Amino acid sequence: MAAPNVRTSSFSRNISVVSSPQTPGLKNGPNGTTFVSTGIRDLDRILGGGYPLGSLVMVMEDPEAPHHMDLLRTFMSQGLVNNHPLLYASPSKDPRGFLGTLPNPGSSKEDKPTVPDPDQGESLRIAWQYRKYMENQKNSIDDYSNDFDMRKPLERQFLAGRPIDCVSLLDSSDLSVAQDHCATFLSKFPRNSSNLTSIGRIAIQSFCSPLCEYSEKESDMLSFIRLLKSMLMVSNAVAIVTFPPSMLSPSSSVRLQHMADTLLSIKAIPDGDKELEKLLTGYKDINGFLNVHKVARINTQVPVILEAKTFSMSLKKRRFLALECLNQAPVDGSSGTSYGTSGSCSGSSKSGALDF
Amino acid sequence: MDRSLNLLDLALGFDEQLSDPSPLSGKVVLIEDCVETSGSFVLHQLMKRVLSPHSSDSLIFLAFARPFSHYDRILRKLGCNLATQKTNNRLVFVDMLMMKCSDGEETKDDVSAVAKLFREIQGTVRKLRSVTNSNITVMVDDMSLLEIAATNSNSDHVLDFLHYCHTLTSESNCSLVILNHEDIYSSMERPAFLLQMVCLADVVIKAEPLASGLANDVHGQLTVVNKGISRNSGKGSSRNKLQNFQFRIKENGIEYFYPGCRS
Repeated sequence: MAAPNVRTSSFSRNISVVSSPQTPGLKNGPNGTTFVSTGIRDLDRILGGGYPLGSLVMVMEDPEAPHHMDLLRTFMSQGLVNNHPLLYASPSKDPRGFLGTLPNPGSSKEDKPTVPDPDQGESLRIAWQYRKYMENQKNSIDDYSNDFDMRKPLERQFLAGRPIDCVSLLDSSDLSVAQDHCATFLSKFPRNSSNLTSIGRIAIQSFCSPLCEYSEKESDMLSFIRLLKSMLMVSNAVAIVTFPPSMLSPSSSVRLQHMADTLLSIKAIPDGDKELEKLLTGYKDINGFLNVHKVARINTQVPVILEAKTFSMSLKKRRFLALECLNQAPVDGSSGTSYGTSGSCSGSSKSGALDF
Repeated sequence: MDRSLNLLDLALGFDEQLSDPSPLSGKVVLIEDCVETSGSFVLHQLMKRVLSPHSSDSLIFLAFARPFSHYDRILRKLGCNLATQKTNNRLVFVDMLMMKCSDGEETKDDVSAVAKLFREIQGTVRKLRSVTNSNITVMVDDMSLLEIAATNSNSDHVLDFLHYCHTLTSESNCSLVILNHEDIYSSMERPAFLLQMVCLADVVIKAEPLASGLANDVHGQLTVVNKGISRNSGKGSSRNKLQNFQFRIKENGIEYFYPGCRS
């Protein structure tokens, strides 16, 4: 039954994948994916390189913590620094005003000399042959992502004349306007096999906010996200959408979570919680928690299992956003720090199926 | 044909003696998963089985969740070339990513998009039937996305679609494989849609995370309920049994093992 031509073309080499992308702010990932930086180096590292091109990132907001804004800000700033066109939508009257709060790139290691001593280089005989490689690597990293100084507004040069499209979600009674904006924006970045000249970034803030007129129509919002996701899959763009899950019915919220390629959530840290203070080192510096629920898996079936799902968000030197694993003693899931723990709790309720 | 069958194959009714070469024909298989654990790997495995070079079965795949390139890459790593199968007319890949169901007033011929989709499937099944007499499998990679796509018109249409697809299993002896997300409905009081699907299904495969949390070498557990009664009356055994095992997903295959028996 086996026709001979069944086996002939099982393996074909895709040469276009091998060549490294010339566009700044891109990095090749596994399985023919390309990564775009999140704007936070730690998050890039956690996610295995960044947000994959063509993926939809959903961030679940916490009404008590504004840190989803930091994720949006760094994502947008990184795009502007790398000269990626940007579409920003938010339920505010003046979405363009948000651009004034974007952070500026800075070096978190400015007190250390970044240029290595030439004498030092001489003494490193063994590493000499690798020096070219190391420099290359350093350059590519610098191209790819920056550290952002959260206290310094983004310099004019990164904003002036850049293709930035701002949409207010308040204006329209339904989502068709936003959808048209996304469609026209994404149509500029069709996915061709070789052509990786420009990358689009879409940031949508507080998508299901009750301020918007359409907030009653959950089915509209779901189909908007579904179409956005479908359009992303065939374009060279990344979209990050934040939404408040508490404003939605539980089933719609779960539907949104299913549609996300990468799913993150923000959790506020309770102020002056004595128990937590004892458990965590550096409690004073932590601003909030970031949970990683899902890491995008495009072109692969293997799930990414992270060492930790909950990370603390803090500002290093009060300026640079850093994510760290919690230095936490292994306690039961009742610490309530994450949606993730609640997720595994729901799993444990079915543990009757397991016989130990 | 058999490289050793894995636990999932056995639970689905494939056996070493090949007493029944296609135990899933005429059956409905429902795969349920949740946010933490995706069940799509079961689809990939069933796709590979349907398209294996030892059979001549054909596959109609309705892709709501991922484009062709995604499946092509994954199946290639599993040792199955979808592009070749497409040219051999064994795979009909229907890209439903951009499917839109408009409101009633826009459709001219009074047929909803879901009904149109079913007609398309029915037509394809008939066409394949006329060429070959082998089994046809219809797969839907994400039923919940069809629900979203269709809610604008009428939510009952999806249920109707499901029932019509079910008629294909008895009419043309097709298999129907559906992936859906169970946790969407967990907050509803009477999730009619999910219950209907579970009721229709002959085999329910449920993918869950481990109760003890994430682990690197165990990616989750599967619960398989096989409601089917074995048709080879020699055994005459009712196979309504529940099986539970754990899995680890790799690029080129999936390891299944009973809890605590990982070699």
